[in-house]
Amino acid sequence: MTLQGWFLILAFTGILLALAKPVGLWLHALYEGRRTPLHVVLGPVERGFYRVAGIDPAAEQGWRRYALHMLLFNVVLMAFTYAVLRLQGVLPGNPQGLPGLSPHLAFNTAISFTTNTNWQSYAGESTMSNLSQMLGLTIHNFLSAATGIALAFALFRGFARREARAIGNFWADVTRVTLYLLLPICVAYTLFLIASGVPQTLAGVVDVRTLEGARQSILLGPIASQEAIKMLGTNGGGFFNANSAHPFENPTALTNMVEMLSIFVIGFGLTWCFGKAVGNTRQGWAILAAMTILFLAGTTVTYWAEASGNPVLHQIGVAGGNMEGKEVRFGIAASALFSVVTTAASCGAVNAMHDSFTALGGMIPLFNIQLGEVVVGGVGAGIYGFLLFAILAVFVAGLMVGRTPEYVGKKIEAREVKLAVLAIAVLPLLILGLTALASVLEPGLAGPLAKGPHGFSEVLYAFTSAVGNNGSAFAGLSANTPFYNGLLGIAMWGGRFFIIVPMLAIAGSLAAKKHTPESAGSFPTTGGLWVGLLVGIILILGGLTFLPSLALGPIADHLGMIRGQLF
Amino acid sequence: MGKDFTSALRPAIVMTILFAALLGLGYPLAMTGIGQALFPDRANGSLIRDAGGRVIGSEMVGQAFTTGRYFQTRPSAAGKGYDGLASSGSNLAPTARALADRVRADVAKRRAEGVTGALPADLVSASGSGLDPDLSPASALAQAPRVARVRGLPLAQLRALIAERTEASVFGDPHVNVLALNRALDALPRVALPGVGRADLPSR
Repeated sequence: MTLQGWFLILAFTGILLALAKPVGLWLHALYEGRRTPLHVVLGPVERGFYRVAGIDPAAEQGWRRYALHMLLFNVVLMAFTYAVLRLQGVLPGNPQGLPGLSPHLAFNTAISFTTNTNWQSYAGESTMSNLSQMLGLTIHNFLSAATGIALAFALFRGFARREARAIGNFWADVTRVTLYLLLPICVAYTLFLIASGVPQTLAGVVDVRTLEGARQSILLGPIASQEAIKMLGTNGGGFFNANSAHPFENPTALTNMVEMLSIFVIGFGLTWCFGKAVGNTRQGWAILAAMTILFLAGTTVTYWAEASGNPVLHQIGVAGGNMEGKEVRFGIAASALFSVVTTAASCGAVNAMHDSFTALGGMIPLFNIQLGEVVVGGVGAGIYGFLLFAILAVFVAGLMVGRTPEYVGKKIEAREVKLAVLAIAVLPLLILGLTALASVLEPGLAGPLAKGPHGFSEVLYAFTSAVGNNGSAFAGLSANTPFYNGLLGIAMWGGRFFIIVPMLAIAGSLAAKKHTPESAGSFPTTGGLWVGLLVGIILILGGLTFLPSLALGPIADHLGMIRGQLF
Repeated sequence: MGKDFTSALRPAIVMTILFAALLGLGYPLAMTGIGQALFPDRANGSLIRDAGGRVIGSEMVGQAFTTGRYFQTRPSAAGKGYDGLASSGSNLAPTARALADRVRADVAKRRAEGVTGALPADLVSASGSGLDPDLSPASALAQAPRVARVRGLPLAQLRALIAERTEASVFGDPHVNVLALNRALDALPRVALPGVGRADLPSR
């Protein structure tokens, strides 16, 4: 580990902490539906959309209707992308002349991008035409992110409103977030990326005669516009197979820093926005403190493990940290940091190959996703996931002191706790259940590249990533088979919507409740004790649930690695 | 619920079409237009051309250098090596026998060239993209004696060239772009050193 590496990590965290409030203020304006300076330009677009679609943005929806409209929109979007991918061969914008995708790959990819997972069973450069990248995939990068933020707004309203039936209008939330937050940032972001060396063209392959006289083909395309929203919307689906490790997606250390910041920035802002929405910004800061502690702890472990390197290679005569699967322009610190950021959030973009990380270095990304990606988390999904844990934490605190738990002015009763447990139980049920299935069935066993415990890690990581809607991979796994495409598709769908529906039910149930003023007997949810309790609950729940699976995979792998055992 | 369902269907379908037009076509096409106008070189891949106008590479993308007279790039898992249509890492596990075998072979190759001591990790590890354009300064320096020998150049001159070409960044590690370094190498004026000739090239 180097001083410069720590400077990078602390600078990264410091910049985000400074951005939390300004971004939160902007989000809060959208949450309340207030006018922003951008309305001058984009207001007519917003109103035009509502008019054509027959939407009354002021018509508030109860949680059931909010959920129905959200689900139906996502189903239609998914069908649209499925069609674009299947018809790729006959559609324009295909300079490489690529054929349409197989049914199981199109199914998997359509679900993957709809659920903000962006798991990629395919290699972008040899599978997706320019039109598919733009029309099939880029729109999901915007709309799955906007859906996540809209859902977070709905839950915020559940906490903030008193004796109310409605939790907002889904269409208004999605449209405002897309037009006034995601799109304008992406326009500026895309220009920055192009200026830094990310291509943006409709051309395809360029033929190169290298200095040594060999032939090389270099693929260009509309890369920058997709890269921007891929990071900002915590999507993670790369234009290229190598994702943000590819020099055309992430050409410099500076673009790398900006890409990492853009993964977290909305998530940080949403914690502040939550505090503001419930009338006490310290509530937001407390959440952010718990997230930051977990994030820095994970970063420390992965950075240490990667900087320590691989003892197997040290034996052979190699110096220093682990560079397998990493790019020189980033180095070990920026690669380790990126891996923790991308899995703490449900982004899943990678600038280094997690599969080739040291055993413990790769365990942290895996564990981050297993914790439910609530350490900052995906845009929207992170904070609503975290609030489910907060409900459990006040419940536990309530059990300890023997009072009905309260959180931000709402009594948390049996219904909310049951629904929160239902949502959180989806993670272990799907992750461990499907991993077990793939570990005993023939087509599942055919997947891993690695032998020994690391092979199990590859399978475990795949289902963890899919259920967590992350999308990163231990990419040695050969996942483009009907077995994995199908099962991972189900995992992604379940991991997204089986959590969202109970979460919205909680929002509806909370909105209907009276406000309970804070009293001397209330458990304070702003101080250090609360932050410690949150961190403890998340670690204990995640640890108890997933430690056995980690012991079979990365921990066994680590013990082998330090003894020099090869597979 | 039936009536709710049909009333939700229209906005779902219409908004899909509208957003597809705005985000799937309008946004990327507008950005392409603006990018092409403002940064034509960058937007088209930062291509490098020779005097005859032929494309010899991109500033951003690594290409294979395997002969002794050039600084060689890292091992690559992109296709058969530096395949621009098949970016990929090796995805080998830290405990994979295939990884240990590959690294051992690469270490042996460097030893045969006369490199002593522990080798810089990046020189014998495959990058994440398989298209890494850079080397660490240490990996370039480790190759300098060989390049000096093959080209008949003073070692000090190559060391100076590497130092001059090393790019530092606050947010990443120091690195040397191999294509730029090798082009600078080709541009160096030739000085004949006594007693060194082509016959002394290490055979590969």
